[in-house]
Amino acid sequence: MIKGRFGNIIYQLAALGLSFGVVSLILIAVGASPVEAFRNIFTGSFGSMRKFAEVLVAFVPLLLVTAGLLVTFAAGLWNIGVEGQVVLGAIVTTWVYRLFLDSSLPPAFVIFLAILGGIIGGALWAALAGVLKVFGGVNEIFGGLGLNFVATALTIYLIFGPWKRPGVASMSGTVPFPDEFSLPLWADLRISPWALGVALIGIVFVYFLLQGTYFGLRLKAVGKNFRAAYLLGIPTWQYSMYSFLICGALAGAAGAMQVAAVYHRLIPSISSGYGYLGLMVAMLVNYQAVWAVPVALFFAALNIGSIQLPILMKLDSSLSGVLQGVLVLFVLLAEGVRQKFERRVQS
Amino acid sequence: MNVELKNIHKHFGKVHANKGINLTVPAGTIQGILGENGAGKSTLMKILSGFIQADPGGEILLDGKAVVIHSPADAIHFGIGMLHQDPLDFPPMRVLDNFLLGQKGGLFPNRAAVTRDFRQLAEQFDFSLDPDSYVDSLTVGERQQLEIIRLLWLGARVLILDEPTTGISATQKTKLFATLKKLAAQGMTIIFVSHKLEDVEHLCDKVAVLRAGELVGEAAPPYVTSKLVEMMFGKEITLGERQSAQQDEVILSLQNLSLEDVRLKIRNINLDVHAGEIIGLAGMEGSGQGLFIRACAGLVRPVGGRILLNSRDMTGKTYHAFKRAGVNFLPAARLEEGLIPGLSLTDHFVLAEAPRGIFIDRESGLRLSEERIKAFNIRGTPLSTVESLSGGNQQRAELALLQTPLSLVLLEHPTRGLDIESVIYIWNKLKERCRLKTAIIFISSDLEEILQYSDRVLVFFSGRVSQPLDAATTTVEQLGQLIGGKGWAEMGEAHD
Repeated sequence: MIKGRFGNIIYQLAALGLSFGVVSLILIAVGASPVEAFRNIFTGSFGSMRKFAEVLVAFVPLLLVTAGLLVTFAAGLWNIGVEGQVVLGAIVTTWVYRLFLDSSLPPAFVIFLAILGGIIGGALWAALAGVLKVFGGVNEIFGGLGLNFVATALTIYLIFGPWKRPGVASMSGTVPFPDEFSLPLWADLRISPWALGVALIGIVFVYFLLQGTYFGLRLKAVGKNFRAAYLLGIPTWQYSMYSFLICGALAGAAGAMQVAAVYHRLIPSISSGYGYLGLMVAMLVNYQAVWAVPVALFFAALNIGSIQLPILMKLDSSLSGVLQGVLVLFVLLAEGVRQKFERRVQS
Repeated sequence: MNVELKNIHKHFGKVHANKGINLTVPAGTIQGILGENGAGKSTLMKILSGFIQADPGGEILLDGKAVVIHSPADAIHFGIGMLHQDPLDFPPMRVLDNFLLGQKGGLFPNRAAVTRDFRQLAEQFDFSLDPDSYVDSLTVGERQQLEIIRLLWLGARVLILDEPTTGISATQKTKLFATLKKLAAQGMTIIFVSHKLEDVEHLCDKVAVLRAGELVGEAAPPYVTSKLVEMMFGKEITLGERQSAQQDEVILSLQNLSLEDVRLKIRNINLDVHAGEIIGLAGMEGSGQGLFIRACAGLVRPVGGRILLNSRDMTGKTYHAFKRAGVNFLPAARLEEGLIPGLSLTDHFVLAEAPRGIFIDRESGLRLSEERIKAFNIRGTPLSTVESLSGGNQQRAELALLQTPLSLVLLEHPTRGLDIESVIYIWNKLKERCRLKTAIIFISSDLEEILQYSDRVLVFFSGRVSQPLDAATTTVEQLGQLIGGKGWAEMGEAHD
């Protein structure tokens, strides 16, 4: 057992080393110094309190999305539609804000309603993918992908149509909400402790849900063997739907945070690809909630740190994406190699 | 082509599926291969057709020349074609495209020439196949015909047919037999694998019988049915005293029950199952007993009639409703349907119990798990994943998942592949249930097991269901005959 776990870590470290190696080779090929690039990424993310706050701003939606995906993965579902669920969370949050723009309700209550709206919006959008899967026989990957495009189109329509700025509509989004509608920030940093709190509550909730409850165990049973779970008496399709709802709610919360704590309006790329990035994090942590926090933080740091690259080294900031993608590939590859190797040892 | 198999052995892990088989089939012969499920017929045929390789040491000789067959493509290259029980074709494609698939050749097949060949071959055997129709619109018999001419066209000189008369109509069977006789007369070697005595006796020039991986004997016409049955199933062995816990109370009542699936129709079964009674279902796989037991579990909706459970009408209710009413079903495919790979034994026991609250109490889960592991003599720990257990221990784990109390337990092959010790253990556990008024219905292909443990037996043959036979006065030979489709005229069926 101990040997197995130790072996596991060796494989993971090898994967990490290999991915840095591959990215270094790419950097050398374009004539840049890998050491300098990695140092810039590091100082760009952890170099100052202000920069670290930016990392946390990216960490919040990423962690929420990952938490949600852990639930659908546990149920054996590939919820690619998570990206659209983030978008719908943002849209509904914006919509609720707009409803109460001129009301006399206390702003804190409006913020609460708006975030709740976002959570419900995300959950309903996920339920749509669930209904397509359960009743329409549409694979959740295809259904989710389709719904992602619809969600993006809906955002653009709203920004350039009904919710456009007075005068001229623009890619910079809808009119920003008044300051009192924003979640309070930490001193003069851009991170809201409330948003951070919501994200941490999300992952802790999912951890306990999957580790300690009957619900979580049944969900895993459905994910690992749908047929046997049904024969054991578990209402299988209902559990699939629950997992979609929970994941959608958490993704919706991520979208709500983007509006309420970061952008204070709806912008075209409101989800910033956190849905897809969350899929990578969930795969990387091997579907275990415990590891979601450090890995999501690492990915957020890569994203923020690489913003420095174009400024300091004239490199494109998509380098972080390359590193993240290569890392996931190598970790999955290492896992495959390990399994193959162990099978051979057994036989 | 002369086919010679010499000293063929095959091990699958611990299972010795073929034990030193020697068989010679001269050209122009129709060779029958008889044996019950798991006797090793399919393994032997898969070796000959290149799907699997025999253990080193054996030899395959074609016209006296030793060959090594690495793959099905290799086999057809040597002139050996196999017709599988479930046709290995491509349903969403057209007949002609299917026909073309196995052909080596250029990027652009000459469709016109191939169509001509196809029509010629079809005509020769009086098959009415439209090359432009889609394969999924064909019947099983027509797909078989397509497969036969495809193999002939590819140059097969040895034709292996695995249970070819299952699922085809009587006229198609007549046509198939005529075709096979014609092919044999032309010098083709035909190997006909079946468990249907009548078909084999009717068609084959000689018969080899397999039992438990061994070739136990050969026979030539005129065949003596009782001899064949004895070879197939072996001599009767007794496993101690039979005891019955049967009581008067009716647990399950089937009234004019009719069932259907794509292959089979079962009509108007009437049966009362009593508390503590054990009913054995005999028959070759796919004869309707699987459909029957799944209908009793609520997994298959009957097309007619009623199912009463403890006098409550359960017709058309869901499987989960049956389960709540005290019916448990243990499927044969343990890791596919019965257990959840990746979850531990404790997880399984916790799942099978009614939840208490939201959070799982780990301590009591572990305690429960330890108790069950001890009570059912499972070799594993509470944290062992089910896929790490051996087959016998998986079976015991499945039994340990049964709820208490229960009205009815339905089992598919409860002891298949288990050692005799486990078999006795499992049946003792089941008998305990019977004393608590639980009724049991089980499927088995082991006739001795059926006669030993059942109170009454139902025999299934191509969707026909026999009247309940008293297990105490029925012999293995009688059962064997009925399973092979003989002697049905003299006895009544369940719907008479």
